[in-house]
Amino acid sequence: MKITLRVNGTDHVREVEPRLLLSDFLRHEIGLTGTHVGCEHGVCGACTILWDGEPARACLAFAVQAEGHEIRTVESLSPGPGRLDALQQAFQDSHALQCGYCTPGILMTLTAFLAENPHPDEAAVREALSGNLCRCTGYQHIVDAVLRVAAA
Amino acid sequence: MTSFGRPLTRNEDPRLLRGEALFVDDVELPGLLHAAFLRSPHAHARLLAIDTAAARARPGVVAVVTAADLGEYWQPGPLLVPPPPVPGMEFHQRCQVPLVRDKARHVGEPVAMVLAESRYLAEDAVADILVDWESLPAVGDLEAALAADAPLVHDDLTSNVAARVHQARGDYAAAARAAHLVLKRRFTYDRGASIPMETRGIVADWDRRADRLTVWDTTQAPVVIRNGLAAMLGLSERQVRVVAPNIGGGFGPKMMMFYPEEVLVPWAALRLGRPVKWIEDRLEHFFATTHERSQIHDAEIALDAQGKILGVRDVFLHDTGAYDPYGLTVPLNSQCTLLGCYVVPAYDSAFTAVFTNRTLVTPYRGAGRQHGVFVMERLLDLAARALGIDRAEIRRRNFIPADAFPFDQGVIYQDFSRLSYDSGDYEPILDKALAAIGYDDFLARVQPTARAEGRALGIGLVCYVEGTGIGPYEGARVQVQGSGKVSLATGIGSQGQGHATAFAQVVAEQIGVDIRDVEVVTGDTDQFQWGVGTFASRGAVVAGSAAHEAAKVVRAKILRTAAAHFECAEADLVLADGAVTVAGTDRRIALGALAGLANPMRGAVTPGTEPGLEATRYFGPASGATASGVHAMILEIDRATLRPTILDYVVVHDCGTVINPLILAGQIHGGVAQGIGNAFFEKLAWDSEGQLLNASLADYLIPTALDVPRMRLEHTVTPSPLNPLGVKGAGEAGAIPVGALFAQAIEDALGLPARDIEIREMPLSPSRLWEITEGG
Amino acid sequence: MKPAAFDWHAPTLLAEALALKAGHGEAARFLAGGQSLVPAMNFRVAQPAVLIDLNRVAVLDHLGFEEDGTLAIGALCRYRRLERDAEVARRLPLLAEALAEVAHPQIRTRGTLGGNLCHADPASEMPAVMLALEARLVLRRAGGIRQVAAAEFFLGPLATALAEDEMLAEIRIPPLPPGSGTAFLEVARRRGDYAMMGVAVVLRRGPDGRCDLARIALCSAGPTPMAAPRAAAALLGQALEPAAFAAAAALAVQEIAPMGSVQASPAYQRHLAGVLLPRALARAAERAA
Repeated sequence: MKITLRVNGTDHVREVEPRLLLSDFLRHEIGLTGTHVGCEHGVCGACTILWDGEPARACLAFAVQAEGHEIRTVESLSPGPGRLDALQQAFQDSHALQCGYCTPGILMTLTAFLAENPHPDEAAVREALSGNLCRCTGYQHIVDAVLRVAAA
Repeated sequence: MTSFGRPLTRNEDPRLLRGEALFVDDVELPGLLHAAFLRSPHAHARLLAIDTAAARARPGVVAVVTAADLGEYWQPGPLLVPPPPVPGMEFHQRCQVPLVRDKARHVGEPVAMVLAESRYLAEDAVADILVDWESLPAVGDLEAALAADAPLVHDDLTSNVAARVHQARGDYAAAARAAHLVLKRRFTYDRGASIPMETRGIVADWDRRADRLTVWDTTQAPVVIRNGLAAMLGLSERQVRVVAPNIGGGFGPKMMMFYPEEVLVPWAALRLGRPVKWIEDRLEHFFATTHERSQIHDAEIALDAQGKILGVRDVFLHDTGAYDPYGLTVPLNSQCTLLGCYVVPAYDSAFTAVFTNRTLVTPYRGAGRQHGVFVMERLLDLAARALGIDRAEIRRRNFIPADAFPFDQGVIYQDFSRLSYDSGDYEPILDKALAAIGYDDFLARVQPTARAEGRALGIGLVCYVEGTGIGPYEGARVQVQGSGKVSLATGIGSQGQGHATAFAQVVAEQIGVDIRDVEVVTGDTDQFQWGVGTFASRGAVVAGSAAHEAAKVVRAKILRTAAAHFECAEADLVLADGAVTVAGTDRRIALGALAGLANPMRGAVTPGTEPGLEATRYFGPASGATASGVHAMILEIDRATLRPTILDYVVVHDCGTVINPLILAGQIHGGVAQGIGNAFFEKLAWDSEGQLLNASLADYLIPTALDVPRMRLEHTVTPSPLNPLGVKGAGEAGAIPVGALFAQAIEDALGLPARDIEIREMPLSPSRLWEITEGG
Repeated sequence: MKPAAFDWHAPTLLAEALALKAGHGEAARFLAGGQSLVPAMNFRVAQPAVLIDLNRVAVLDHLGFEEDGTLAIGALCRYRRLERDAEVARRLPLLAEALAEVAHPQIRTRGTLGGNLCHADPASEMPAVMLALEARLVLRRAGGIRQVAAAEFFLGPLATALAEDEMLAEIRIPPLPPGSGTAFLEVARRRGDYAMMGVAVVLRRGPDGRCDLARIALCSAGPTPMAAPRAAAALLGQALEPAAFAAAAALAVQEIAPMGSVQASPAYQRHLAGVLLPRALARAAERAA
C-alpha cells in the first residue's frame, strides 16, 4: 500500500507492505541508516526515534502506523552539514561512544529527556539511560556527557 | 604540543554521532538479494530428509541452498589456531561445516540458506522448508559428556574429548607434602555471550566486469577473511576485497572466522551474479555467534604457614561447544593466567576440552583469563582466611618482585611462546588501590558501623595480569598526501577501540601534524594487504608500533627531501604544524607541497629513489606484553532480596605507556561493565535437551546504566620493553577480574566466612545467591 | 526476525473494529500499542493473519474520572498519558507507583494498559495492580457488551476471558476506599524488567485504629496475577503493625504458586514475597490516613 511518512520534516511517499517495520522503512526505504537495529524486540534501544516528540522503538511499530505522525531520527539533530548539536558535541568531548552503534538511539532518548529535564542529576540521567543498552562504554562517559550539557 | 599521551577526543566520532558512519547493514546495492537461514531446532539430531520445494516455489524466492547443493564447496572450516607445541598433548580438529549434511550438533546450526528479494520473503520461505529429523540425546553437562555411555557429538571419535593438555613445572607433589596448608576446591564458570549491539552481518557483491568480489563483513580480521575466501572460491587474493567498515562492537566472537554464513553469502553472490546481504538477527545471534566461559576446575593450592605459595595444581574441563576451530586459545589462557601476579614455584595444570551439543566456544573479551583469575584469587581468599592473613597481605607476600622481570613462568602461552612477563611492578598498584578504596578504614570503621546499622557492606580486592599484544605481526603504511594530510592504513579493523584517533596520535607525534589531519583507514583489504586482526588486546601494541615505525621513516624522508629543497642540513629543519621550516628563518614548505616535490613528474632522479613521502613497516613482537592491575570494590547487599548495589569501584591499572587516557578509560569502563554482567547478570540457561531458555535481550540480561557504577581509575606505568612505544594492551583488563571480585565482596558483605559458606561459581544472580546462602 | 505477512485494517470507528473481529475471529488480533504483540510477531511466535489496528479509533483513546470517582481508561490510552496525569497520581497512587516500574519511557510512549492486560503475562505488574484496585474490564463485541472483574479476566499465562469476537474496550477503576493507603513493590533483575516478584497492597485503618480493609495482589506469583485473600483476611481486625504484616505475609506465601523462571527459582520467588509483603504493608499503613 502507498503511504506518506513525515520524517525529519520531509514527506516520503513509498509503496510498502503493512508488515514493514518502521525501523526497516527508515533504514532501507528512505536511506536514513543512522537509526540502528539491535534486537527487533524493543529492548536494546538502538532504534529509538522520536514519535511526535516522544522516544519510541522504531522496531515495534509498522511503517503504515506512522502515517500522520512526526518522526524524528538522529539525522535531524545536526544543526547543519558537518556540525554537531550540543548533546552530540558533549558526546565527542566526553568520549561517550566507542563503536557508536547504540549512539543514535541514545541520542534520541536523551534529546527527549533533556527537553523535559534540562538540568538532571546523575541518578536521573542513569534512570533515563536505562532503556538503552550500550555494550562498549560502561555508560560512565555517556553520563558525563549529559551532565556536561546539563551544566552548560 | 605533542599529541601522544593526551586525552584527545576522537576523530571517528562526528560521523558516528550524525548517523553518517557506514555499518555493514547500511550497504545497499542494486538488485540486492537477502539471505535467511533455516537452523536446527535440535541440539543433536540426524538429518534424514529435507524438502525445499515449497520454499523454492514461493514468489520472490531466487534460490534455496542445502548442503547437497554446495557440492565441492561443502568443506569444514579451517583450523584457525593450531594446537600449541606442548609435549604429549592430544587434539581433535573438528571444524564447523557450512550447512548441516548428516547431523546437527547444536541448536541454531544452519541447515539451508534461502535467497529472496527481501528478508521478509526469505524468512517466509524458511518456514516453508520441511525437515525430517531424528532427534538424538544431547550432551551439555561437561562431566556427563565424558561418561563412557555419553552420546557422541562427533561419531568418528571414541569420546567427546576434543583435547587434553598437561603443563607442569616444579614438583607439585613435593610442594604439597611440604605445605603447612593444602586447600582443594571445585570452581565453576558458566556460559555467557558477548552481545555486541550490532549483530554479525555480511554483504557480498560480485562485479563481473571487474572480475572482483567485494565483501563487507562485520569481522575483526578482514585480511584473513580475504585470503581465506579467495582460496575457497578459487579466486586470487587481488580479486577479493574485504571491508570491515564501522563494526558495532566485536569483543572476540567477530574474530571467529569463516562462520558458515561468512562462506555461504559470498558463494551465493558469485553463483547468482547478484549481490547478497545477510544480517544476523538477535535471535540467531544467541545461537549462531560463538559463546564463552563454561569450565569446571578442581584446583588445589599448597602454602607455607606465612601464606607463601608453594604450589598450585589444577585439573579442569573446558566446554568447546560442538566444534573447535579456534583451537585451544581459551583454555590455554585459563591455564596460563591462573598464575597471575604471583610466584608459584610448582605448577601442575591439566585440562580436557570437551565437545558438547552447544554453540561453539571461541574467545570473548578475557578469553579464558577470567577463569584462571577466578580460581587463583578464590584460592588465595580461602587460604588467607584459613591462615588468618589479611586478603591484601597474602597477595603482597606472593607478588613477583619488581626486580624479577622479565619473569619466566615456564609454561607455553596462547601465542606458543614461553609465557614470560616483560615488565611489571605490582606492589605500587596494590598500594594505590588500597588507598583509593580506603581499605583499612573500611575494615576498621565503615563496615562495623554499617553492620551495627544492619547493613551488609563488603569489600573486594583482586589482582590480575593480562597477556596482551601478541604476534605474529601487523603492518602500517603512512603517506603524506598532496593535501598535506597524512594517511595511515593498517590491516586490522576497529570495533570501537578508537584506532582512528590513537594511531593518529602515534603518527602525529612523528610527523608534526594535528591528529585531525591524520586520516586512518582500517579494515579495508584494498588499502592494506597484510594483517592478522583485532584481538587479544593487541591493536595498539602491534599495529600501533607498526604505525610508529612507518611514521619514523616518513619523518626521515620528509627531512631528507626538505633538506635537499632548502639546501641545508637536516639538523637545521623543524618539522611541526604540517610544515618544514628552516630554523630561525621564514623559509617554510607545507607538507603537501613537499609531497609534490617528492613525486617528480619529469626529469631524472637519483637511481633508487622512491617516490612520495611514504613508508610501510611491519611490527612483530617476540612475545606478548603483560599488563596488570587491581580492582577494588565496596558493595552493599540487601540481605533479604540479595540484590547488590556497588557503592565504590576502583581500578588501578598498568598497561605501560598510555597513548590516550580518555580512550583507555573507555576501554576499562566497558570491560568492567561486561565483567559485572558476567558476574551477576548474564548466564545462558539451557534445558536438558540443549535448548537455550533465554535467547532474547529481555531474558539474557546485559547491564544498564543503573547496574554499572561510577568507576574511579588510577594508573601506574611500567613500559613494555618489547615494543618501541612501551605500550601494553588494555582491551580486556576491565572484564577479567570482576567475577573474583564479586565473589569476595559478597562473601565479605554477608559474613559468609563465619557461616562456612564459599562462593565458588560464576555467574551469580540474586536467586542463585539465595540458594547458596539459604540452602533453598 | 521479520513478522509474517498479515492483512492490516485500521478502522476509525469502534463498530467497524468490532465487525472486523467478528468476521475474522481467531485469525485476527487487535493492535493497540504493539509493545507486546509486535515483538511476538517479530519472533514469529504470533502470526495473526489479520491485524485490526485500533490506533485510529479515537473513541478508545480516553482517560478521565467519572462523577462517582471511577477512572475510565480507554483501550488506546497510552502509559505515557496515564503516568503524566496528576489527577491519576493523586487519586490512584498505587497505579502511578506501579506504572513507574513498567519497562522504560520508550515503551510507555506507545504502550497501552489495555494491551498489556490482554497480553496477560503473569509476570507483568499491571494485572496484579488491577486485582488490587478491583478494576472492572469492559469487553465489547459487535452488538454486545459485558463487564468482568479483573479477577475473572485472567485465566492463565497469556490467556484471558476474552471471547474470540471480543475487545477489551475500557478499564474501569473504582475510587480507592477513602482513607486507604497503598503500596507497590517489586524486585526485578534490572530496572524495567518484569518482576521476579511484585506485590500490590491496599490497606485501611478503621475507626478503632485496626485494619478494616485489606487487599493483596502479586505478580510473578502464579499462572495469573494472584490475589492472597486469606492473607488479606488475616489482617482484618489487626493493628497495622509489623507482627500482623509478618503473619499475613506468611499466609500469602502459602497462597501463591510461583512458577519460576530463568531469573528466579520458585523457592526464591516465595522468599521474595515474604520479604516484599511486610515492606509493602508497612508502607501502605504509613500512607493510610
